[in-house]
Amino acid sequence: MAETYSVALAGSGGAGVMTAGTLLLEGAAKAGFYGLMSKLAGSQVRGGETAALVRLATWRVESPPDAYDILCAVDWRNVDRFAPEIPLSRSAVILTDPASGPVPPVMLASGARLIELPLADLAKAIRGGRPAMVAIGVLGALARIPEDAIAAVLPKHLAEHGAAAIDASRAALAAGYRHVALLGLESGLPDPKPASNRWLISGNQALALGALRAGVRFVAGYPITPATEFVEWMSPALLRLGGRLIQGEDELASINLALGASFGGVPAMTVTSGPGFSLMVESVGLAVASETPLVLVDVQRAGPSTGISTKSEQSDLNLAVYGAHGDAPRVVVAPTSVADSLPAMEWAVGLAERLQVPVIVLADQQMGQADAVIDGLPPPAPRVTRLAPEPGKGPYKRYAMTPSGISPIATPGMPGCCWVGEGLTHNEGGAPVTSAKDHVTQIEKRWHKLDAFDFGADGAEIDGDGELAIVTWGSSAAPAREAADRLRREGLSVRVVALRLIAPVRPKQLLALLAGARRTVVVELNHRGQLFHYLRSEAALPDGAESLARPGPLPLTAREICARIQAEGHA
Amino acid sequence: MNADVLVAASAAKQFRTAVKPIWCPGCGDFGVLAAIERAFAVMAMPPEQIALISGIGCSSRLPAYLTPYGFHGVHGRALPFATGLKLARPDLEVIVVGGDGDGYSIGGNHFLHACRRNTDITYIVMDNRVFGMTKGQPSPTTEPDWGSPMAPGGPDMPSFDPVAIALAAGANFIARGFSGDPNRLAEMIVEAVRWPGFALVEVLSPCVTFRPDETEWKHAIHPGAGFPFDDRSRAAAAAARDPFATGIVFRSASRPRSRRASPVASGDLAAVEKEFAV
Repeated sequence: MAETYSVALAGSGGAGVMTAGTLLLEGAAKAGFYGLMSKLAGSQVRGGETAALVRLATWRVESPPDAYDILCAVDWRNVDRFAPEIPLSRSAVILTDPASGPVPPVMLASGARLIELPLADLAKAIRGGRPAMVAIGVLGALARIPEDAIAAVLPKHLAEHGAAAIDASRAALAAGYRHVALLGLESGLPDPKPASNRWLISGNQALALGALRAGVRFVAGYPITPATEFVEWMSPALLRLGGRLIQGEDELASINLALGASFGGVPAMTVTSGPGFSLMVESVGLAVASETPLVLVDVQRAGPSTGISTKSEQSDLNLAVYGAHGDAPRVVVAPTSVADSLPAMEWAVGLAERLQVPVIVLADQQMGQADAVIDGLPPPAPRVTRLAPEPGKGPYKRYAMTPSGISPIATPGMPGCCWVGEGLTHNEGGAPVTSAKDHVTQIEKRWHKLDAFDFGADGAEIDGDGELAIVTWGSSAAPAREAADRLRREGLSVRVVALRLIAPVRPKQLLALLAGARRTVVVELNHRGQLFHYLRSEAALPDGAESLARPGPLPLTAREICARIQAEGHA
Repeated sequence: MNADVLVAASAAKQFRTAVKPIWCPGCGDFGVLAAIERAFAVMAMPPEQIALISGIGCSSRLPAYLTPYGFHGVHGRALPFATGLKLARPDLEVIVVGGDGDGYSIGGNHFLHACRRNTDITYIVMDNRVFGMTKGQPSPTTEPDWGSPMAPGGPDMPSFDPVAIALAAGANFIARGFSGDPNRLAEMIVEAVRWPGFALVEVLSPCVTFRPDETEWKHAIHPGAGFPFDDRSRAAAAAARDPFATGIVFRSASRPRSRRASPVASGDLAAVEKEFAV
């Protein structure tokens, strides 16, 4: 595996750090590198400290680095608050502008080398020049990204600031590239392979685009971090495509707005994070009982309660799998990467439409708010449509028993098959009843729909067939895979099973995927090992399987996973 | 009385299903059911073009008793469900039915925002000033001194005035009807459905079991003087002054504020995707 190059660019809000990080990432993508950018922001709504964390590589990188190679600060105001999130390697370099004051001691504790970089002076020499743009020149040069590649993406990102701003940024970028020689630093990455058809997209955007591809044309949501980018990208996109996004007055409204649109025959969804998902749970049960197709995206954040709205965790699995009173079978899908967010979402929408169930998509902040360079995706898969009633088949019964458990669903407007969707226990015709027979029959029917369905090979991504099996999900999959690569280089034989289909679980299939493993470790970012306990309760893990879990908000790294696997393996 | 309603009364039965209402004998909601059937007959709409949406409560059972499409969802959320349906399917006639607990208590926030959003749906509230299905607890429209086991001595707070609040929140059409006069109620419903924007039909519908005092309403009901108004403050003053005045209280002279132009259904997803290409 080629080495990676990880930089943290920090500064107070308004310094242009995020734009600079995006330019660095997109320029790197143009030059053929892969990369990932996470964004750190303080709790202030405006003007607080910010940092763009960029990791570049010649291979598809989607996990945070063990430690950063370079920390460059435009200014140091409150940047020390990010110290736990910007671990520095022993050989790291801190680039600091003497004009911006002393480096916070906590940042120096790693033993990183301090190099002065007069960003403000270099920027001042250029009319309209900004220190963050000079920094990008320096960081781009150190990464061995051709200057032209970054220059080429300037107009797209700075168009609204006018031609003068683009020229000034171009000059500041050049000043950074020129200055690098004076720093006496070794440069970063090997040459990438020539690139074609790369995308730069965030996890939230990839989810939204996947929904559009699968035919979603109605979205309802209430503003909530870290799902906001989804609705803000989706709303104008839907208007272009003849759909709509509605801002509900709360999450109770949002899920019911989506259910209403879905009842009308339009593929519909809602998107939220943990607190909003908690509010929606009653209506998840309604979608189950009334057999209304619905997709609910939960971009997980650290909980419980308000938790940490801007940081990641994988602690909503229990809510997604079990949330709702009564026996309420549903599908839970979890994308395994930013790149997988799009196909996972396409799959989720298709499952909801086909199976007439709520499908919960468990994304998370780490993936959702990260921008990643990914391989361009193939054209959309064929859309799944609902099973429609056949005319002339006798009186229409909405909840008719069928071998698959899936009943034809009539859309309002279709003559001769009017029906009333019911949250009450109902009979085949949909009339409310309290009879034991109908209750049991309909509950069994809803479970049977899922039990009888062939989810195919899309339920897990399998990498290798080694004796050490790592089972993981969501944004923990990327560091788990990177850890597996390292362990293999140390001579271990490792397999990684990243689950995309969380519910319904298929114990036989999962055990088959784990056959021959001498050790199984379930890796996830929550305190109690929610996936581990869930799989164990479903008898889907081999005896002796271990849980490797800890809460967020700090993401798991490959180094941490390797260390814990090796430490616990010797115990 | 509108001649159409008399003619339609005989045609109304075709909108009835075989499902037997769970309501107590003498429940006001029977009159509302009859009025809705008659309104459908007057409008001569095919049942498949109508969707009746409800939440939870005695009156929310109504969609099962009629032949159009319907949805009986969770407590308090009928309005957002109906709004989503109407926005996704503007070709359908979407009518929401329910009670005072469903609409003004657990669903109170949605009521405010449905009025504000002014989507072209009709909301028929069967207001009996009590939670009937759970056997007699106070609702937002219950009088402050109406005592019951859960609230001995009464809820001790001013009752909620749906007409005033709908006026303040921006509903385009507001009527107050009485379940004991289904023909006149049918006329109001027809006009509510036909009027653009969000239409509230607040129906005084006695609960004979837990509020037997409400059977006296039939003596208090009378047509409202000066109805309908097209001025919100005058309508509010008149309706508040006389809570048993019935009729169309308010009709906005203007159509609901036009929403953004209909989206252009270009369907060109590939163009949308291009922004992500490096």
